Amino acid sequence: MATVILPARFNEWTGGADQVVVDARDVRQLIRALDERFPGLGERLRDGVAIAIDGEIINDPLFEPIEPDSEVHFLPAISGG
Amino acid sequence: MSESNGSDRKFKWVGTRPIRHDGVDKVTGRANYGADFDLPGMLHACMLRSPHAHARILRIDTSKALALEGVKAVITSDDIPELALTDASGPTNFSDLSRNVLARDKVLYHGHAVAAVAATSTRIAQEALALIEVEYEPLPHVLDLRAAMAPDAPILHDHMRTKGVDPTPDKASNIAAKMELSRGDVDQARAYADIIIEREFETATVHQGDIEPHACVAQTNEDGQTTVWASSQGHFMIRAYSARLLQLDISQIKVIPMEIGGGFGGKTTVYLEPIAIVLSRKTGRPVKAVMTRDEVFRATGPAPATLINVKFGANRDGKVVAAKCKLVYEAGAFPGSPVTAGAMCILAPFDLDHFLIEGYDVVVNKPKTAAYRAPGAPPAAFAAETVIDEIAHELEIDPLDLRRNNAVSKGSQAAYGPKFSDIGLLETLDALRAHPHYSAPLGENQGRGFAVGFWFNAGMQSSAEVKLNEDGTAIVIEGCPDIGGSRASMAIMAAEELGIDVYKVRPVVADTETVGINDTTGGSRVTFATGMAVIEASQEVVKQCCQRAASVWDIDPTDVIWQDGCAVATGDGAKKLEKEDKLVPMPIAEIAAGAARTGGPITGKASLNARGAGPAFAVHLVDVEVDRDTGKVEIVRYTTIQDAGRAIHPAYVEGQMQGGAAQGIGWALNEEYVYDADGVLANPGFLDYRMPVALDLPMIDTVIVEVPNPRHPYGVRGVGEVPIVPPIPAIANAIHDAIGIRMRKLPMSPPNVLAELVRASGGA
Repeated sequence: MATVILPARFNEWTGGADQVVVDARDVRQLIRALDERFPGLGERLRDGVAIAIDGEIINDPLFEPIEPDSEVHFLPAISGG
Repeated sequence: MSESNGSDRKFKWVGTRPIRHDGVDKVTGRANYGADFDLPGMLHACMLRSPHAHARILRIDTSKALALEGVKAVITSDDIPELALTDASGPTNFSDLSRNVLARDKVLYHGHAVAAVAATSTRIAQEALALIEVEYEPLPHVLDLRAAMAPDAPILHDHMRTKGVDPTPDKASNIAAKMELSRGDVDQARAYADIIIEREFETATVHQGDIEPHACVAQTNEDGQTTVWASSQGHFMIRAYSARLLQLDISQIKVIPMEIGGGFGGKTTVYLEPIAIVLSRKTGRPVKAVMTRDEVFRATGPAPATLINVKFGANRDGKVVAAKCKLVYEAGAFPGSPVTAGAMCILAPFDLDHFLIEGYDVVVNKPKTAAYRAPGAPPAAFAAETVIDEIAHELEIDPLDLRRNNAVSKGSQAAYGPKFSDIGLLETLDALRAHPHYSAPLGENQGRGFAVGFWFNAGMQSSAEVKLNEDGTAIVIEGCPDIGGSRASMAIMAAEELGIDVYKVRPVVADTETVGINDTTGGSRVTFATGMAVIEASQEVVKQCCQRAASVWDIDPTDVIWQDGCAVATGDGAKKLEKEDKLVPMPIAEIAAGAARTGGPITGKASLNARGAGPAFAVHLVDVEVDRDTGKVEIVRYTTIQDAGRAIHPAYVEGQMQGGAAQGIGWALNEEYVYDADGVLANPGFLDYRMPVALDLPMIDTVIVEVPNPRHPYGVRGVGEVPIVPPIPAIANAIHDAIGIRMRKLPMSPPNVLAELVRASGGA
C-alpha cells in the first residue's frame, strides 16, 4: 500500500486528511482510488499537477509505476525559466 | 532508462570542451536570429499600445488607419476568438493569454497591446497607429502590492475570486490565489527556540533583459497552412499556444526556430506570433513583427516585485526549529506569479520539521510576469538566507557551520514534500570552505558574504533522432532551442555513445514537423531530458550497428558489443570468427557504408517524458566594497560553486554559473522598474534600466562540484537556473559584513544603501 501525501489545498475534498494509504500499481489507479474515496478530487489531480514518487518529480504522469512501499506526493507543476 | 549514473564509467568526450558546433555562425554574424529573416512581399506589423495603466475600452475605430495607402490590415481583439474565462491547461489560462496578446474590454497596464497594423513598411504601419481612434474610460490603477491587497483597491478583474480560500469569497479581489505549505506544529516548536528573528523583505520588478527583442515572421498559404519563423525558448509551445488562441488545428501551423539571443524564461510564452499569424491570414502575405526595446520592457514578462516576511526560530546551537514565511508576489495584469515556486524553494535547503509557508498571487497594473531563471526563487532566497545569516551572527556561530548544521542531504524531507535523493548541498558547502577565496584577507570598507540557492530542475517531454550518415558521421536532430550551448552537449553525448569524434556529429534544432514534440527550453531541463533522449537514440543506433555487424559476420547479435566506435565480436561469435581468421572489429564507418546492403539506413529515435531531474544547489561567495559617501557597492571578488551532477561540457556549465551570477548581481544592486504616478514605466531602456556590464564585474570564478544524479545515465542535473538564486542574499550578507547594515529592500543601489547609512548614523 503506497502512502500518499496530499497538500493542504486539497483539504476541501479530503476533509483535512493530509496522508492516506492507497493500493495502486500506477498513477492512474492511484488517482481513481483517491477519487472514489474523495469524490471530485481526481479531477483536481489530473491537470497541472506534478507527482513525486519516492522523491522523483514527474510532470503529467499517468502510467508511472507505484511500488507497494512508495511514498507519493502531489505537488504544483513547476516548469522554470 | 539506465539506473547507472555513469559514476564508474570512463568518458572520452563527456567533460571535454569542444568548440560549439554553432560557433562559427555566431562569431561571423551568419547566425539568423528572429529579426534577421525576411520574405519577398513581406508586410511589417506594429502594435498600438495603451497609454493608460488601467482603462475600459469603449470604442475602437480603425477606418482611417485602414484607408492609409500601404496599410493592408488592422486587427483588434474582435479578430481573434474570445475564449472562455476558464479555458486553461495546467498553469496557463488561455483566456488571460489571449487578452494579454490583444486587450479585449479593458487595458490593464501601460503598453498593453490594443490593435495591430500590417503595412508595406514599418514607417507606414507606425503612421497608421496614430490614425486608430480608441476611446478609453480611464480607471484608477494599482501598482503596489500592499495597495493591491487593500479592501478598497481598484479591482483589475471583476470576476476574480481568491482561489485557495475556504469558503470562496463572494467579493472580487486582486488576490488571485492563496497557497499554503506546512509540516509539524510551528507554534509548539517555537517554544524550543532560544532566538526568534522576524524580518520583512521587499524586492522590485525586474526584467529578464534578453538582448534580442521578441521577433517573428508568419506566412500563410492559400490553403490556410501557416509557417512561423520565431526566436523563442520553445517553438512547439509557439505552435500549441498560437493554435489554441486562434482555434486552429495544430497541424495548420509549422514553426521554424531561429537562433535565440537570450531568453532566461522571458520567451516561454507568446506575444507577437498569434498577431502575425492573424495578419498574415488576413492579407495572404508574410508578416514580420519585431518589438522595440521600449516594447520589450513595457509589454513582455518581467519578474515580479515581492513582499516576503520570514520568521525563524533557532536553538542555542544554531539549529532552526521552526519557520514561518509569508510570500506575496505580483503576477502583473493576469494571475500566475511564481509565488508557488518561491514558496516551495524558500526552505528547501533547510532540514526542518516545523514550518508554515503562505503564498499570495496578486494582480497589479503591470505587464503579466513571465518566468525568469528559477522563477520565484531569488527573492525567497534573499529573505531566508539573510535571516539565517543574521541568526549566525546573533548566536556568534560560524555562518558556514550553521548552514551545514541545517542543511538537507540524501534522505531529508524537502520542505516542498518529497525526500531528497542524492544532492550536493553539503559538498558545495565543503568546497566553499576549502576555496582560497573564503579565507582571503579583506580591505577597508570591504565585506564578505555567501548564500545558498536551490532549484528543482525539470524533466518533461523531449524527442530526438540520431541519423547515421553513409560515412559513419552522424546527425543529431532535437527540438529544444539552444540558449546555452546545448547543441554542443547533445553532440558530446551522441559522440560518447557512438564512439566517434565529437566533430563528426552535427547537432540540429529542428522545426515542429521534423522531430517529435519537445517541451520548452526551460527548467534547466535540456541537457538532462533531451540529452537523455539523445543517449537513448544513439544507443538505438549502436544496437542496430551491432545487429548489422552480426549479420555480416553471421553470428548471434548477442555476441557483439560496441567499443570505441566499432562492433566487436565476443563469446562464441568471436571463436567462430577467429577460426575463420576474421576476428577484427568492424568500425562504424564500415557499417554505415554497407547499410544499404544490410537493411537500409540506420537511425535511432527516442521520445520520453523524463523523470528523475536531480535538484541543484549552489553556493555563492562574494566580496564587496561599499563607498560610504555614495552608497555604491562594488563587486570586488565573486566565486560560484555549484553541483552540476556531471558537467557534459564544463565551459558551458561555467557559462551558466557566470551568467546567472551576473544577472543576480544586477537584480541585487541596480535593476528595478520605475513607474511614474500615472503608472507609466519611466525607464524602458538599457540606459536607465541599469543591467551590469563587463566593467561592473570582476572575473566570476567557478567551481563545479559533481554529485551524479542517479537517474541520468551520465549523472546530469540541470545547471541553468540555480546560479541566479544565491547572488542577492550573498551580496546583502557581504554588505552587512562591510558596513554592519542589513539591506532588506532591493535594489541595493547607491540611493538605497546611502539612505540606510544615513539612518544608521542617526540621520533623517
